[in-house]
Amino acid sequence: MNKSIKQSFSRSHLSALTAVVLGSFVLSACSDLGVKPWERDVLARPEMQLIHDPIEAGLDDHIYFSKEASSGGRGFGGGGCGCN
Amino acid sequence: MQLMKRKTNKSNVRAIKKIAPALAAASCSLLSVGSGTALARGEAGTWDFDAASLFYAETDDRVSAVEPVFSATRNFEDGEVLNLKAAYDVLTGASPNGATPSATPQTFTTPSGNSTYTTDAGDAPIDDTFKDTRVALSASWLAPINRDWEYSAAFYGSKEYDYLSIGTSGGIKRYLNNKNTALNAGLSFSFDTIEPEGDIPGALAEMPHIGSGDDFSATRIDTSDDKTIIDALFGVTQVINRNTIMQFNYSVSMSDGYLTDPFKILSVIEDTAGANFGGNLQNGNGNNIYLYEARPDSRIKHSLYWQTKYALANGDVIDGSYRFMLDDWGINSHTFDFRYRWQLGSSYLEPHLRYYMQSEADFYKRYITETEYNAGSLKEATSDYRLGDLDGMTIGLKYGHKLDNDHEFNIRVEYYLQSNSGDNGIGLLKDQDLYPDTKALIFQVGYSF
Repeated sequence: MNKSIKQSFSRSHLSALTAVVLGSFVLSACSDLGVKPWERDVLARPEMQLIHDPIEAGLDDHIYFSKEASSGGRGFGGGGCGCN
Repeated sequence: MQLMKRKTNKSNVRAIKKIAPALAAASCSLLSVGSGTALARGEAGTWDFDAASLFYAETDDRVSAVEPVFSATRNFEDGEVLNLKAAYDVLTGASPNGATPSATPQTFTTPSGNSTYTTDAGDAPIDDTFKDTRVALSASWLAPINRDWEYSAAFYGSKEYDYLSIGTSGGIKRYLNNKNTALNAGLSFSFDTIEPEGDIPGALAEMPHIGSGDDFSATRIDTSDDKTIIDALFGVTQVINRNTIMQFNYSVSMSDGYLTDPFKILSVIEDTAGANFGGNLQNGNGNNIYLYEARPDSRIKHSLYWQTKYALANGDVIDGSYRFMLDDWGINSHTFDFRYRWQLGSSYLEPHLRYYMQSEADFYKRYITETEYNAGSLKEATSDYRLGDLDGMTIGLKYGHKLDNDHEFNIRVEYYLQSNSGDNGIGLLKDQDLYPDTKALIFQVGYSF
């Protein structure tokens, strides 16, 4: 009994440690990425916005929401239509 | 010297101020309900307008839709963005009712219970009484709190003849690493009410044949029903380098309430050996037996979404995304989307490819067998092809042209092909096409000014 508690305790510690290590790795990796403020010329171009054409994105979301079982991901899946 | 320094600092601040809204727009799609909100495009203090019209037409006289959309975006001096959007939808055509095709003509009662329609032998049963209009309005607001934090709020409402949806959402964003990293969190709440023509049928109730004197109202359980949808989204947006930006999102969506389609039915098929093996089971009056579908009253969906945009040295842009979705109905799906923006001076061409594949819901059945019907143990069943095994492929091309006054005109044409697959039936049913393809043409014109 004690052994299994000990095992699960050490397992949860191990998971937490893994999460911390992975988290630190991801954050430190992120901090190495990126650009200086004066290097944002390309990213500031309208066509480099993640959703460049929100109207088209909204219309597509509406089409696929009514024809498929999945929705959302890029934004909220929500409801808003009796078509599905 | 000091004056020059002050001047440089001032111009730097101005440059950062100018870039900040663009970066904000680049690194967050949180504001939108269904991601339909305009991003900061123009100078502060002006209004940006986007107008577009979508024409959607399925082959074989099935659904066709016309949807004009108008969006107005105001960019304020301090980085706030207000967006107002209106859309109007007109839908007509025919929709599959869920029954299987048959070697003999089939007669169905319309959802209103006022009349009947007949499908010829061998044809896919479709309800051609389908007609609806929809008005959708939304407003969203995005504002910085300070240098590192930003919040957003949105309201949404749409009304159809038999359907009302209202919703609100909010989000918060934190910038890190010199604004190269942005962490997003958002919450959305929607409340939908359905009041279908002919009221709501009971779960797996037998479709009444009104021409044979069946009591239509005896199969109805209520005049309306509703559902709530709560969505939560967590995202990380990362600037990779001068040409690349990447986004990862995790979202969870919880729906509770009436999730059934009151217009869909299932055929009951004979599975005992004999001349009608694989044919429609009939009741004592000699009418085919069809049951109204029934779905669970809750659903939880999880989505992982990844998107990357990469600008080439020649000005072209590659946009790729992938979404994995799984839910507690047993469905999982993969969506791949790829666009290449080919810059041609002040014009551009953008080929688009999208591939979608999903597995069927646990309670999806193309038909119900006589044995299952007699056992009475089924609690949920649907033959809605949108919950079945399916693949979807979209191929399209968009052309855009920027005018001298910074206005943009664009046009796109796309072709969507959806193929279903599954159980191919028994006996007589094997001769029928149980999974006809859905083919649609998408045409859109837009103008931004």
